[in-house]
Amino acid sequence: MTDNHDHESEHPGVQPDSELSRRARRAIAMRELLVQKGVVAAEEVREQIERTRARTPAHGSRVVARAWVDPDFKARLLADARAAVYELGYTLTHDAELAVVENTDEVHHVIVCTLCSCYPTSLLGPPPDWYKSFAYRKRAVVEPRAVMREFGLDLGDHVQVRVIDSAADLRYLVLPRRPVGSDGMSEGELAALVTRDSMIGVTSALEPSQTRVAASGTR
Amino acid sequence: MPAIHDMGGMPSDQPIDQSSHEWADWEHMTNALVGALRHRGMMNVDELRRGIEAMRPDEYHSATYYERWSASLETLLVEKGILTTEEIDARAAEVGERWA
Repeated sequence: MTDNHDHESEHPGVQPDSELSRRARRAIAMRELLVQKGVVAAEEVREQIERTRARTPAHGSRVVARAWVDPDFKARLLADARAAVYELGYTLTHDAELAVVENTDEVHHVIVCTLCSCYPTSLLGPPPDWYKSFAYRKRAVVEPRAVMREFGLDLGDHVQVRVIDSAADLRYLVLPRRPVGSDGMSEGELAALVTRDSMIGVTSALEPSQTRVAASGTR
Repeated sequence: MPAIHDMGGMPSDQPIDQSSHEWADWEHMTNALVGALRHRGMMNVDELRRGIEAMRPDEYHSATYYERWSASLETLLVEKGILTTEEIDARAAEVGERWA
């Protein structure tokens, strides 16, 4: 929402000249009716919007960077992700568990939700549009290598690919391989190498030489 | 034949469109409204999904992501007796006029 002013928030629609689809109009209508009847407070809806905005892939990046520099943390993360991320001050929503899977030189994991859009939102924020697209949902499980090539990742035949189909009750985060040439980098510098897409598994983490490109990009 | 939402492995020669769109205000709101209702224990993610998966196939395919949420939310709120279709119809018409 671009405006948190009370008057505006009564009309969480759009600019006056935009077109609202039928389903959009009905969603706005439902919100108005629910607030009017006292089923939910307008403030609760606003808080949820802020909560969603506060979640970004930066959280996941910090978790990965810590795992790269601290083998004990990594072991705890792979064994009990909920407890490990809590150590870093992150909490997961109560209704879904998180599993972290490690990419290595031999095995590469990539995550999809074929049924809908399940995603580790607590650590990555809302999923990107492509993750929810029918094309990704259909193709990721049958031709993951072709899909990853579209994202610029060409895995050699010696790397085993494991596609994981997430579920509402169990979400997955990929721990990407630590890039070559990142020895001696600080945890903060390492976190800058960890892109959202590398934690979904469709790409690798950035090489140190790519970070300037990443800073100006959108991933 | 698999259900409409069970599309893993279905044939597709479509490339992955990696562009992203900025959420419209109503999309933020719809996401948040469902979040608030879940927070209150009035619905859960399984119900939300069931409502989405119960959409008519043509609607499921043509709707955007949050349009599917809107459809499911409506199904659930009516089912639970919290709102009626008639009052949503009436208010949605008002919303349409306001933004016409």
